[in-house]
Amino acid sequence: MLYDIRMSIAYDYPGAASSARHLLRLLPAELPTVQRVIAREARVTPTPVEWLEAKDFFGNATIEVSLDQPHAESLFEVSARVERTAPGGLLDVSPRLADLPREIDLYPTVAPRSPHHFLGASPRITLHPEMTAYAHEPADSSETVLDLVQRLGDRIHDDFDFDPEATEVDTPALTAFERRHGVCQDFTHVMISCLRGLGIPAGYVSGFLRTVPPKGQARLEGADAMHAWVCAWCGHETGWVEYDPTNALQVRQDHIVIAYGRDYGDVAPVKGMMRLAGEHSTTQKVDVIPLE
Amino acid sequence: MEGQIANPLQRFLSDYVPPQGVPDELLDSDGSVRPAWETFISRLAAMSPERLAIRISHGDRYLRDAGVYFRRYGPSDDATRDWPLSHVPILLSEADWAEISAGLTERADLLEKVVADLYGENRLVAQGHLPASLIAQNAEWLRPLVGVRPRSGHFLHFVAFDIGRGPDGSWWVLGDRTQAPSGAGFALENRIATARVYSDIYATADVARLAGFFREFRDTLMSMREMGESRVGILSPGPMNETYFEHAYIARYLGFTLLEGDDLAVRDGRLMVRTIDGFQPISVIWRRLDASWSDPLELREGSRIGTPGLVRAVRDGNVTMVNALGAGVLESRALMAFLPRLSEVLAGRPLRLPNIATWWCGEAGARAYVRENVEWMTLADAFSTGLSYETGGVTPPGTGFADWLERKGGGLVGQEKVRLSTAPALINGRLKPRPMSLRIFLARTGDRWIVMPGGFARIGHSAESNVLAMREGGRAADVWVPGDPGQQAESLVSPPRGTIVRTPRGALPSRAADNLFWLGRYVERSEYLVRLLRAYHARLAESESPGGPLLRLAAAHLKGFKCDPAQPVPVQLVNAIRAAHLSAGHVSDRFSVDGALALADLDRTAAEFADKVTPGDDAARAMSVLLRKLNGFTGLVHDNMYRFTGWRFLSLGRALERATNMAACLAAFTDPAAAAGSLDMAVEIGDSVMTHHRRYSVATTRETVFDLLGLDALNPRSVLSQFNDIERHLAHLPGAGEHRPTTPLARALLRARTDLALQTPETLDAAFLTRLIDEIADMSDQLTLAYLG
Repeated sequence: MLYDIRMSIAYDYPGAASSARHLLRLLPAELPTVQRVIAREARVTPTPVEWLEAKDFFGNATIEVSLDQPHAESLFEVSARVERTAPGGLLDVSPRLADLPREIDLYPTVAPRSPHHFLGASPRITLHPEMTAYAHEPADSSETVLDLVQRLGDRIHDDFDFDPEATEVDTPALTAFERRHGVCQDFTHVMISCLRGLGIPAGYVSGFLRTVPPKGQARLEGADAMHAWVCAWCGHETGWVEYDPTNALQVRQDHIVIAYGRDYGDVAPVKGMMRLAGEHSTTQKVDVIPLE
Repeated sequence: MEGQIANPLQRFLSDYVPPQGVPDELLDSDGSVRPAWETFISRLAAMSPERLAIRISHGDRYLRDAGVYFRRYGPSDDATRDWPLSHVPILLSEADWAEISAGLTERADLLEKVVADLYGENRLVAQGHLPASLIAQNAEWLRPLVGVRPRSGHFLHFVAFDIGRGPDGSWWVLGDRTQAPSGAGFALENRIATARVYSDIYATADVARLAGFFREFRDTLMSMREMGESRVGILSPGPMNETYFEHAYIARYLGFTLLEGDDLAVRDGRLMVRTIDGFQPISVIWRRLDASWSDPLELREGSRIGTPGLVRAVRDGNVTMVNALGAGVLESRALMAFLPRLSEVLAGRPLRLPNIATWWCGEAGARAYVRENVEWMTLADAFSTGLSYETGGVTPPGTGFADWLERKGGGLVGQEKVRLSTAPALINGRLKPRPMSLRIFLARTGDRWIVMPGGFARIGHSAESNVLAMREGGRAADVWVPGDPGQQAESLVSPPRGTIVRTPRGALPSRAADNLFWLGRYVERSEYLVRLLRAYHARLAESESPGGPLLRLAAAHLKGFKCDPAQPVPVQLVNAIRAAHLSAGHVSDRFSVDGALALADLDRTAAEFADKVTPGDDAARAMSVLLRKLNGFTGLVHDNMYRFTGWRFLSLGRALERATNMAACLAAFTDPAAAAGSLDMAVEIGDSVMTHHRRYSVATTRETVFDLLGLDALNPRSVLSQFNDIERHLAHLPGAGEHRPTTPLARALLRARTDLALQTPETLDAAFLTRLIDEIADMSDQLTLAYLG
């Protein structure tokens, strides 16, 4: 599937920000066999005095920019054309949960895709007995890890309400879990906490969702802004599997990946502290238009 | 009777009974004094208790006068504490010292190899010598630094080790400090204070001096700068940090610039200091800030004490961090379980000094061992970087221990319970054995490690306890190591020989200038308020009722400063003094210790007065006390402070504040309709009663008061005199010179000064003064924009 993507994030500051330095993770990723970038471009207003493109530890494309003029608003825009292919159908060859630790031990490495990064706590994920207990119910009724990931994701989708008003970007997973409300970021953080609580390596994926549904299908939740979903490591044979708990579906060709990380902190689209600026407001717009 | 005189040593040691089962530093197993201690302890024993007490008080006074403190955090108290010096130094034998030095040098080399691998090829994990999860789930393994080679070629430049002597008499490493080790500056202060207590013994004893170590390290850091750079920075988390005193102390001692994250910025991949003369590059930073806080862009997001882009500058190879960002990963407690093995793998030999036995519960075998032997172990968080006797301890549940251990697994370590040797401490004048550990410092000079010949000893507060932390009542002691006989007394302050070299100074960092500027303003504001309040309460005491016209006028003027006239010591005054004290705290490396102590005293006094002073005479007298203390401080500053640029900012702050206040005073008290006595009050607040009397020999009139407090350039209190001072100071700041008249600041000054100078006592009025106050505020804004932003 071929997509044209347009995205903009605008920040408004109550007082003029004197200068700023940002780290951006906004560009669609180049992923051999599933996602091909035909063109991608980012623009920043006001015009930065420094512009550095690089890759972070996990291989995500980053842009570091520096703005040295006082400004009351800043604008980050992306346009891209991306071809997305659905990963092949999954024959469930994933291990039983009890056998997963042994398979993880087969990876004595801290290379970026190693499952070891995605276990235990990370800056925005802490493991809570409540969430682990919540995950145990689907765990007990699942044969395999892959099956478990889907059952857990379905359970979260059923139990939680999608509610853009309920949470903020800094809401901890536990709060969202207790309220059973949230946006894609909360669904994703809750599911990651649950999976890690069971010892399943789980990470955070940021990206886009097609805004216009195929004929006869409902529009997916979270398509108006940047989206987030979960990646889970389902054993040596199966490897990483992506699952969208907000929409209760396996990630196929409606999702376009920007970045992978342990949690939101690793992939936040715009980072950077303002000197002398107070609370700011954000407006986000996303259009993902299929071309055929 | 005769026996006592014949053997003062025996008498002195009569209470000294070391516990069984651990060695004692002073006495060997037969109870005889060890050779390293013989001279020292017999001379100590020969001293009368009274004399010893006097000498100890000399040492303590030194520490107080030097302002040595540490900050302690608690749920209910957060305060600075006197430095808890244990007055008996720890004496080490030559053999012990040789063993410690050699063992720790090897360990430092080993740790360098480990950290280079963890941020490089990661072969240790790949080959199974280190578990992947121990690194991947370690918060101190900083992903943005993976693959980054340090500019200097080394990750570690300054490290410390906590060591203790175990029951078998050999030394054990208790902890590795590689992040930002503290204590070296405190070790220096302990030395100075201890050398004072035992001045005669110290002078003749072969005790290795510490200054050479610091000089070599300083020279090494200086040699790592880029061409043309003027400074090496010490990066501190700021005055709220536990060991801020030490950061400021080391900065002063070594001539380095004390910096906070906000002093720095990154431009095109280079690290820069914001100064009053614009951005200046810097490439060597001795970091006292934990790495994860140092860059909110790539490391801990919420950090407000870091510098956005710092990691970028490091990655681009433009800055040397001492130690490299990420080196803190070596402090993880679980790593100790693997170091014996890593030594074999990387150095081809066992550890020369063993570390405390450690089992990482992520491995089934180790977990089983911990399960069976937990009664003689402490359990702790595997990733904790604290010392086993300080933090990170974990208490297992009462029941279901085996399940709990299985569940926690790799998050836990078991460590052998530490039993430390004892060393003498003076408790109420008697010598008593107390548990002890040592912190030893190593610095890299080129490819070589040098060991500080001495260190920092921690002494437990009770004989049984192994709790050595100072916040738990532990004490600190000096460490004496045998030096070369006949060594020259050396010190950092005296150059080895020949000509005096004046250190070139880089431009003043903007934040330091800003703090000095506000220090000047707050002190001057406090003084004005104190004079105003004294005049007010003196008149109140003279039984004029509060409703009288003059008191009403003064009360209104007080309210203009947001002071409540009903409060004898208004909150605003206490706040202004507190603000002065805080501003000074941010620049304590540029400030005399006497000045800091004077402000602390002033702050304390004002707070005390606020609780108990009553209106009228009592308040007037309290204000006189505060005024004396304020004058003491300003006297120190203006008589003693070297005329660095920093002093000029302090003086600029004072002049701008004084100009504003004096203009406001004139506006309030010289209105033709003002109450009787208001002119005299203005002259009193302006501290010009005597001058007025001598200069005009008439009673005060509007004209004489305007002349004296407004226009008389010879009166250091007049508004015009402040403008002249400001002009003089600006001429010494960057940007002064031929283009100066065109700067907005110079124009603002010229405008205000000309406006004022063109007035005569007859034309000066309240409307003009109000405009003048606005012009002074504009000057302050322009100054901030030009130099302090």
